[in-house]
Amino acid sequence: MEKIAEKGALDKPVVGLPPTHTITLRVNGSEKKLQLAPWVSLLDALREYLHLTGTKKGCDHGQCGACTVLVNGTRINSCLTLAIMEEGNDIVTIEGLAKGDELHPMQTAFIEHDAYQCGYCTPGQICSAIGLISEGKAKTTEEIKDLMSGNICRCGAYTNILAAVQEVWQKEGGDINE
Amino acid sequence: MNSFTYSRAENLETALQEKTTSLEGRFIAGGTNLLDLMKVNVEQPSHVIDIRHLPFNQITGNDAGGLRLGALATNAETAYNEQIENRYPLLVKAILAGASAQLRNRATNGGNSLQRTRCYYFYDTATACNKREPGSGCSAINGFNRIHAILGTSESCIAVHPSDMAVALAALDATVKVTGPNGERTIPFLEFHRLPGNTAHLDNNLDPDEIITSIDLPAKGFAEYNTYLKLRDRASYAFALVSVAVGLDLEGTIIKEARLALGGVAHKPWRLPEVEASLVGKEVNLENLKNAANALLAGAKGYGHNNFKIELAKRAIVRAILQAAKMEDLT
Repeated sequence: MEKIAEKGALDKPVVGLPPTHTITLRVNGSEKKLQLAPWVSLLDALREYLHLTGTKKGCDHGQCGACTVLVNGTRINSCLTLAIMEEGNDIVTIEGLAKGDELHPMQTAFIEHDAYQCGYCTPGQICSAIGLISEGKAKTTEEIKDLMSGNICRCGAYTNILAAVQEVWQKEGGDINE
Repeated sequence: MNSFTYSRAENLETALQEKTTSLEGRFIAGGTNLLDLMKVNVEQPSHVIDIRHLPFNQITGNDAGGLRLGALATNAETAYNEQIENRYPLLVKAILAGASAQLRNRATNGGNSLQRTRCYYFYDTATACNKREPGSGCSAINGFNRIHAILGTSESCIAVHPSDMAVALAALDATVKVTGPNGERTIPFLEFHRLPGNTAHLDNNLDPDEIITSIDLPAKGFAEYNTYLKLRDRASYAFALVSVAVGLDLEGTIIKEARLALGGVAHKPWRLPEVEASLVGKEVNLENLKNAANALLAGAKGYGHNNFKIELAKRAIVRAILQAAKMEDLT
């Protein structure tokens, strides 16, 4: 009994209680304070704690791209990072792309080109496509396909997705050298 | 995922200190492989030390006249770095042949070399695997082993190292700089990864309390004649069945220097300097290249489903050297 009462021992978590942290995530421009266990992925924090369910959970192993979000402007798989590791970063999800009723050009292009069937992969595809264009590395149709290959569409809407990405890419000054 | 505690290391000293007091802990940087393995309970660290804020994310010149790749620079930052593009295009090709854009944006250079095998028995905790649980046996040797190793295997393990970047680093004679409680040391890239032997659970020669701080490239980059040929089941975003990194120095059609490293065939990037030496002074022609390919695969052994890899690797070597020499019309 004496041992337990020693100074310091009471500060340590009792076995079985999850060690949570208070963290602040900056999502779509606003700061959100959360109480999270360290093993909560960014994806689960977005969906289960912040109720931003636009970002989809597909494989949960970085293979399908459904959970793609933009962090500090670059696209990542939100399933393969811990929310606690993203403190201080600027996170943008599909919900943060439109300005009020005005859709992001990539969202508009996806609608115009009918670039989805079931729509489950669409938020990840759109975030990934926006990342692809800001990276500025794709110069050919083949390179766009390759740089979008981290996003799987089980309906097979790839042709229309490609057309949507190409349209925005060309509007932003992209030049196709086939 | 199991429960674990988390800390963020603000400097190298505290990172090493925490690792020493918690050898069951793991460093996390990009996390793209570690978290994946934690989700399937292959890795179950009690403590995770976030090292992403350590100052190893730069790409700078080094004393050897080459470049120093910070261990925490991402694969994307490295592949799209202008100096790397100009001086080490082989490395760019290999990095961009691996993973997806999303993964490359997070995966780090240090972590890339530390990623673990994609052997499906290693990933499936319901099966025996000497790499995951030493002494439990190998399910791959008599199992479905289409993706498995044909070179440097042992009775305990036939897993392959999955990295593309590592194959190029092996060909380029990179070195790995590590720091631990006893100070710094430098490991030649070819000696960084291990063959399985009877210690299949050890992927590499990094000590548990050490950390990679950089990967150094020598001055010579084989910028003019090089290729990374990756053969896989689909056009992109899949692991290699066989890959070949080639760097050449040519005088006309005569080989002055050759580097050949294979991926997807062994527990480590596979290179035989004596085969490279045998090509020096030889002309780039089909006979010489086939001889080199045969010599590189001399010790190869198939395990049933992966027998095809032996011939595939030989043909890939010939094709890759011709590609690097810009002489593909010879085929």
